[in-house]
Amino acid sequence: MSLDRVDGLDKLSGKSAFVDDLTVPGCLFGGTIRSPVARGRIRKIHFSTAVDWSDFVIVDHRDIPGSNEVALIESDQPALASTNVRHLHEPVLLLAHSKLHRLREGLRSIRVEIEAAPPLFDVEAQPTKEMLQHGSDNVFKRIDIRKGDPASVFAKASRVIEGTYRTGSQEHVYLETQGMIAHQEGETLVVRGSMQCPYYILDALTIAFDRPKERFRVIQCPLGGGFGGKEEYPSVVAIHAALLAEKAGRPVKIIYDRQEDMAVTTKRHPSRVRHRTAVDDDGIILAMEIDILFDGGAYVTLSPVVLSRGTLHATGPYRCDHVHVHGEAKLTNSPPYGAFRGFGAPQTLFAIERHMDVIARDLGLDPGELRRRNLLCQGDTLATGQKVQDGVDLTALLARGEELAGVSLATQEYAAFNRSHPYLRRGVGRATFYHGAGFTGSGETHLASEVWVEGLADGRVRLLTAQTDMGQGTMTILAQIAGETLSVDPRSIEVVTPDTSLVPNSGPTVASRTAMVVGKLIEDGCRELQRILDSGSGPPSGKDFQNALELHHRENPGDLLRVSRSYQTPPGQNWDEVSYQGDAYACYSWAAHLAHVEVDLRTFQVRVTDYVALQEVGRVLNEVLARGQIQGGVAQGLGWTLLEEVILENGAMKNHQMMNYIIPGSGDLSPIRVFFEEIPSPSGPGGAKGIGELPLDGPAPAIINAVCHALSASIREIPLTPEVLMEFLGGKE
Amino acid sequence: MRVLTPSGLDHALALLAEFESSLTPLAGGTDLLVSWPHQNSDEVGFLDLSPLRAEHSAPRLEQDALVLSMLTTYWDVIASEEVRTEFPLLLAAALKVGAVQIQSAGTWAGNIANGSPAADGVPVLMAYGAEVVLRSTRGEVRVPLDRYYLGYKQSVRALDQLIVEIRVPRRKREIEWFHKVGARFAQAISKLGVAVTRDETGHRVVVNSVAPTVVRCRALEDHLDQGGKIESVEQVRALLSFDIAPIDDIRSTSRYRESVLSRLLYFYLRKANLRKANG
Repeated sequence: MSLDRVDGLDKLSGKSAFVDDLTVPGCLFGGTIRSPVARGRIRKIHFSTAVDWSDFVIVDHRDIPGSNEVALIESDQPALASTNVRHLHEPVLLLAHSKLHRLREGLRSIRVEIEAAPPLFDVEAQPTKEMLQHGSDNVFKRIDIRKGDPASVFAKASRVIEGTYRTGSQEHVYLETQGMIAHQEGETLVVRGSMQCPYYILDALTIAFDRPKERFRVIQCPLGGGFGGKEEYPSVVAIHAALLAEKAGRPVKIIYDRQEDMAVTTKRHPSRVRHRTAVDDDGIILAMEIDILFDGGAYVTLSPVVLSRGTLHATGPYRCDHVHVHGEAKLTNSPPYGAFRGFGAPQTLFAIERHMDVIARDLGLDPGELRRRNLLCQGDTLATGQKVQDGVDLTALLARGEELAGVSLATQEYAAFNRSHPYLRRGVGRATFYHGAGFTGSGETHLASEVWVEGLADGRVRLLTAQTDMGQGTMTILAQIAGETLSVDPRSIEVVTPDTSLVPNSGPTVASRTAMVVGKLIEDGCRELQRILDSGSGPPSGKDFQNALELHHRENPGDLLRVSRSYQTPPGQNWDEVSYQGDAYACYSWAAHLAHVEVDLRTFQVRVTDYVALQEVGRVLNEVLARGQIQGGVAQGLGWTLLEEVILENGAMKNHQMMNYIIPGSGDLSPIRVFFEEIPSPSGPGGAKGIGELPLDGPAPAIINAVCHALSASIREIPLTPEVLMEFLGGKE
Repeated sequence: MRVLTPSGLDHALALLAEFESSLTPLAGGTDLLVSWPHQNSDEVGFLDLSPLRAEHSAPRLEQDALVLSMLTTYWDVIASEEVRTEFPLLLAAALKVGAVQIQSAGTWAGNIANGSPAADGVPVLMAYGAEVVLRSTRGEVRVPLDRYYLGYKQSVRALDQLIVEIRVPRRKREIEWFHKVGARFAQAISKLGVAVTRDETGHRVVVNSVAPTVVRCRALEDHLDQGGKIESVEQVRALLSFDIAPIDDIRSTSRYRESVLSRLLYFYLRKANLRKANG
């Protein structure tokens, strides 16, 4: 079933009011003064005497009532720098004024004087003593996953194949930039804006202001995209807006424009992954050593958990009894890197999937054949010891993908074409991969998400969760799940917009967890409601349910018929956070992606000419939305692979304009042909699994493998811009 | 900020004469408004040309020339069947400039006046041998477009002059070709672009984004006019080196620009040579 987007018409017709569309009487405009250097000690802040500062509201670190931090995993990131700065554009001071042009004048007229210290930009370099800024070695997080005894296998191995792979950063380019409005409502500070995780903001506010949760109310506005970029960063904007509003005694709106947003907010972690693989002559993988390094930027933020997901996906979907994965996330003086759709997995999956083609080439094997010999089968275990038992047949999945993409015919045709064409070269490439759905390890258990399902007097049902709809269709999917469970029209289901004063904490909208984890709680909640309304003839559904609900309220006037459901760890699911052993995810989605490319040796441009995305995601809840997720993810992945280059200057993004940071347009996309296999999973509602991040994992390796096929080359880095490809080929034709 | 709104062309020229150094003529605004929130000062002045649009936007075909008016937009060319049929490179360039919003706001004259070396509209006009008509209260002069620029963002236009027309001669052409290399298929600023024509006056090879201004590659043109053969990418590169001076910037590298321009021209001219030999 494909229920139309419940918010579709409002968005199409412009009725949805995004945060910048809201007009609040008496509202001031807020802006941020930032560090002009990447590292140093703040000496002085100079206010130009040419400006009349009397009607500005000015906030610095001394105005923070509680702890000066943006609370997340650790407390190292200040909300406003007090003595030291660790990255370019780090917030130092806040300004607000009733007139936007005066605010801009004010922002231009303040100079932060800093005694500069030497910055660290190369995450791969061994830091000297004066570069140490976090612990004894600048390492934010270190993770090891061990299985079997790889050292002894390597010692005896006849073939060891090595490779080092690198991926660049990526900017989210959500259409709506970051923005918040804060105002005082009696004793309560109300913050509304563009966010993925209202309760993260609530937690950050309670610590920065040192006040109980009840003194804050965080409300989500309609969201113009997130992709992870509105997971942790909105807490910064929220604290800033709240500080200004409290000092001003008036509402304050902070809206980043595109240039500011791109320059200062989080991006995907750049990575370097080294593989060492022992194989036998038939291409069977005997042992793997994988060394992962992520650039975390200047503060810890979410790097430990991004690294965690990265390490857990690093082996790819292959059988191997002897594994050592080592991962580190380290400090540099770049603005902190953060959550981005895929969350570390696209980086490590690019490495393993390129490496598989490198191994195949070394052995003279077809890359599809090499994969077939090593793909996980039912009963095999992952590096953490987690057993694969969800019924997926990866060999068949890859075979079907190759057939859909016409790989064998294309391979012959391309060989002939490439011999005869003066400057065009064609190739085909593939990637097989998986993505764990929901929080890693015991994350869901710690979160203990809660949802409420209410049966209303008029026979309708209301869903209360903290899940945000950022364009992916959360409201639609939750309504659909409830509608299907109760056999009622999903358009009659009310999905409440997240507001921490109204909804329970069902966790953040991240990690491909909403439909699966929260959807499952909604399904359970609806069933519980049916049980409560069961008058002896079985749980009512459809019209009977609505009648039973109305009857209940007639008999119990004023009753709040609310069911609360909280996450329970499924029996048998175990995870050891110290040894990194056990069930890393409740379940995995699986995929085979295939790309056809054409390389123009006049311009070194790569054009993707056809793309097949085949995935097993459990039951597909809403096919239109699911296809949209896959196609959008592939487009975003294509951009990361070929076009999107975050150029750094002093550690921060230099090309912070859409004019110079190139995301794909429709003309850059091939047909993206989407196919599903559906094996119902016990983890999600109606058998669904997570889907949101999976499609970002495939394009980079599939496309680069295709380019390498076309050129008989071995490219190990993205983004593969035409300039990079030209230098790589050294001017060869 | 000062915005002056003229009642007609003569009024516009009079205002320019009066306030010349403090007024920037504003046509489509697609260049001037890009970094609006990030300007260094609010003390700016504009001469808003939009009231002149009704009278000065339609392109027209005269006996010997296509005349693009002061406010002719890219969209005006895309929408005119007779213009796009006779001047296909204008259409090709117009289609590569931004999206419909930019195409219907941006003007050919504004593209010339802004003086960006990456201007997409200029190479095709220059390859067609266009002339720029400059007018002020002092009178009117015509300047060939290939002599309009003096250096990076510098031109012969005096501050009191407006580009009131662009005249593109109607000639029979034997070859005409335009190729833009941007960072994506459409809606990207040029990393480089090239337009080639041959008519009774000879070859014109015009390139953008590889020199401080859009330039003609005269050494290559002379080689072609003298019947010289195109034998290798290296040969094209050597001929180009007399006229281009590409740099590294945020959009590409000098090596890429030089190499790709040589390759594009090599493969195109070799094919054109073959066609000529066969035809």
